[in-house]
Amino acid sequence: MSQRVTIDPVTRIEGHLRVDVEVDGGEVKQAWASGQMWRGVETILVGRDPRDAWAITQRICGVCTTVHAIASVRAVENALQMEIPLNAQYIRNMIILAHAVHDHIVHFYHLSALDWVDVTSALQADPGKAAALAESLSSWPGNSKAEFTRVKERLTGFVGTGQLGIFTNGYWGHPAMKLPPEVNLIAVAHYLQALEVQRYANKIVSILGAKTPHIQNVAVGGVANALSIDAQSVLTVERLLAVKGWIDQLSDFVKNVYLIDVAVIGGFYPEWTTIGRGIVDYVSVPDIPLDGKNTRFALPGGHIAAGDLSSFKEIKTHDDAYFKDGVAESVKHSWYEGGKGPLHPYKGETRPQYTDFEDEGKYSWLKSPTFYGQPMQVGPLPRVLAMVAAQHQPTITYATQALELVSAVARSKVGLDALHSTIGRHAARAVACAVQVDELALQWDLLLANMAKGDLTTFNKPVFPKDEIAGVGIHEAPRGVLSHWVVIDDGKIKNYQCVVPTTWNAAPRNEADAPGAYEACLAGTPVAIPDQPLEVLRTVHSFDPCLACAVHVVDTEKRQVVKVKAA
Amino acid sequence: MRVVILGVGNILLSDEGLGVHAIERLPLAYSLPAAVEIIDGGTCGMEMLEALEDLDALIMVDAIRGGQPPGTPIRLLGDAVPVFFKTRLSPHQIGLCDVLATLELLGKAPKYTAILGAQPRSLALGMELSPEVENVIPTVLRMVVDELATLGIRVPQLTVTTCRDTPDGDSHDRPPLSRPFSRGGRREVRESRTRLSH
Repeated sequence: MSQRVTIDPVTRIEGHLRVDVEVDGGEVKQAWASGQMWRGVETILVGRDPRDAWAITQRICGVCTTVHAIASVRAVENALQMEIPLNAQYIRNMIILAHAVHDHIVHFYHLSALDWVDVTSALQADPGKAAALAESLSSWPGNSKAEFTRVKERLTGFVGTGQLGIFTNGYWGHPAMKLPPEVNLIAVAHYLQALEVQRYANKIVSILGAKTPHIQNVAVGGVANALSIDAQSVLTVERLLAVKGWIDQLSDFVKNVYLIDVAVIGGFYPEWTTIGRGIVDYVSVPDIPLDGKNTRFALPGGHIAAGDLSSFKEIKTHDDAYFKDGVAESVKHSWYEGGKGPLHPYKGETRPQYTDFEDEGKYSWLKSPTFYGQPMQVGPLPRVLAMVAAQHQPTITYATQALELVSAVARSKVGLDALHSTIGRHAARAVACAVQVDELALQWDLLLANMAKGDLTTFNKPVFPKDEIAGVGIHEAPRGVLSHWVVIDDGKIKNYQCVVPTTWNAAPRNEADAPGAYEACLAGTPVAIPDQPLEVLRTVHSFDPCLACAVHVVDTEKRQVVKVKAA
Repeated sequence: MRVVILGVGNILLSDEGLGVHAIERLPLAYSLPAAVEIIDGGTCGMEMLEALEDLDALIMVDAIRGGQPPGTPIRLLGDAVPVFFKTRLSPHQIGLCDVLATLELLGKAPKYTAILGAQPRSLALGMELSPEVENVIPTVLRMVVDELATLGIRVPQLTVTTCRDTPDGDSHDRPPLSRPFSRGGRREVRESRTRLSH
C-alpha cells in the first residue's frame, strides 16, 4: 500500500521547500518538490537604475547574498559589453571563493552532516580509539585524544541538561545511522572546530567586501576598494597579509579535515553511492575570470549529457551563445500564468496564478528551467565533473585522493561513477572546496603581483546608451549555475529575471512533464520509517537546498520548523 | 561591556524590513558610544555568528507578529524570547535561531537578550514601509534607547541631523560605498530626515 509523506519544509535554515514523496514497498516511487513562496523580486527592479540592482538582489536570500551581487553587476556589464579592471576581477574572485569555501564548510558540518552522524552515539565513543583512527588519516592538530576527550565531556554535559538545543531535531538512533561511535565523535569534534574555522572565510569576505552580511564593495564597472601599497584606511598590503593568513588556515582545514571526513563517512555508507542518481545531465559555467572581459577562467565549466564525461561541451566565455541561447523556463506546473510554452529569461514573465497543490497540474512557485529542453542538475557535482572532463589537474588530484580514501574505508574499489549519487554530491562539494581554497590563494598572488606592477585601478565608469540593451550575468555559485538576465532601456531596468541554482534543482515537472532534479533523484530512495524519512532528507540535503533563494521571499505564519506528515 | 543592536528582516518585503530600516536610522537620531555596535543582519544566519559571540546584551529589532493592530510597538524579554522563536513570530527566525542555538552550544550566548519591534501591516513585495510602521519607527528607536538605558548606557539625542545632502551631480560617478536606494535621486533621504525630526 502506498503512503504519502510530506516534508515541509526540509531545510534547517530558511525553510520554504515542500517535498512530497509517495512511498511504496519501502522506497520512494514519486516525488514532488514545491517552492512555497512566490518569487517576485523581479517586479521590484523594473524601472530602477541598473547600477542599484546588485544591492537589491543580494537581499533576495539569507544564505547566498554575495552571489546575487556578483551575478547582477556581471549582467549589467555584459549588457554594456564593459571591460573590468583586473584588480576588480581578482578582488571579486577572492570574495566569490571565500564565500564558497564558507558556504561549503557550513553546509556540510552544520546543515547536513547530522543526517549521517548520530550525535548521541558519540557519547559511547572511546576518545583514544577515535584519536588513533583520526591521526592515521590526517595531520590535523585537532585530532588528539585530549581534544576528543574534551569534546565528549562537553557533549555529555550538553545532552545531560536535557536541552538538546541545536541538536533537537535529529533522528538519533534511526536504523539508517551506521557510523561507529568513534567516527561520530570525530565528526562532532570537527563540527565544533568548523564553527571556529568558518569565521576565517567570513573575515576575508568582510575585509574585501567592506561589510558582512551583505557586501558593499561591488559596483557596475568594478569594485569600490581603493587599493594602496601603504596608505591607511584603504585596502593595504598589511590587510592583504592578514587575508593570506586566513586563507592558509582554511586550506589546512579543508584538505586535512573536510575532504577526509566526507570520504570516511562515504566509505561507511557505500549503499549511498548508488542512491539518489536521478538526473545525470549536468550544467556548470566557467568562473574566476582571469581577464577583464570574462573570456579566460581559472575554473572551467560546461555541459555533460547522460553522465558521460566524453560528451563534455565547454562553455567558453560568459558571453557564449551556447549558454545564453540554451536556457528557458516553463511554468506549466508552476503557479504563474502560462500558455506560451517555455520562455527565454529575457522574455520571462512573473504573473502569479495560484491553484491548490495539484499533483498533475500546478504545484510550485518555482519555474522549471531547462537547457536545450532538458532538465539539468546543477551544483558542485556538475562543477567537479566538468572540471575533470576539462582535464583541470587540481580537481583530478583531489577527486582521486577522495575516492581512494572511500575505497580504503569501504574495502572495495569506488570509482568516479560513485559520484552520481547522494553521498557523491557531498564528496564533490568537498573536492570543489579544496580546489576553490587553492584558487583563493592563487588569486591573492595575482592581485599582489598586479599591484606590484603599479596598477591600482579598480573601477571603470559605466555609460548607458539610450537604446535598449540586454545582458546576462553568469556565476558558478556554491549551489551551481546562477544567472541574472537584464533588459535595460534608456538606462532603466525594463525586465529582470534571476534563474537561481535551487530553481534548477528543485524545479517542478517541466513542459514535457519530466521531473526536476530533486524529484528524479528521490525516486528509488529507501524509506525505513515513513514518519521519520531521514533517507529523503539525506538526498534533498545533498543538494544543499536554499529555497529562500529560489523563491526569493518568505511568508509562513506559525509553521513548525519541520512538519512531517505521514498519511 | 559589548552590546549589539541587530536589525533583522527582508527589506524587499515592505514591513518585514522594519528592523533593518530602524537600525539604519538609529545613528542619524542618536549618538551611540563605541561599545554599542549596530549590525544590519538582513535575513542572514551563520555569517553573524562571530559578531554575536560573548555579548553582554543583544538587542534585536524586528517585525513581530503579536496579533496587535499594525504599528503597535512590541517588546519581548526573558521567557518571551524563546517563545518568539518557537512560534515563529517573524519569518526569518530559522537562520537566526540556529545562530543563537549554536552560541548556546559554544557557551557564548548573549547574557541578555531583548527583541524590540512592532506589528507589521504588510509583508507584500516592496521596499517602502506601510504608513503605520513608518510612524512607529521613532517609537521603536526610543525603545532601543530605553533598553540601552536599563543596561546603564546613556544615549544622547542628536540635535543636528547628520544626514547631509550629497554633493550635486550623479552619485554614480563614483563607485558607491553605500547609497540609499531611490528611484528619484535624493528625495527619499530627505523624507527620512523629516520623519526623524519630529
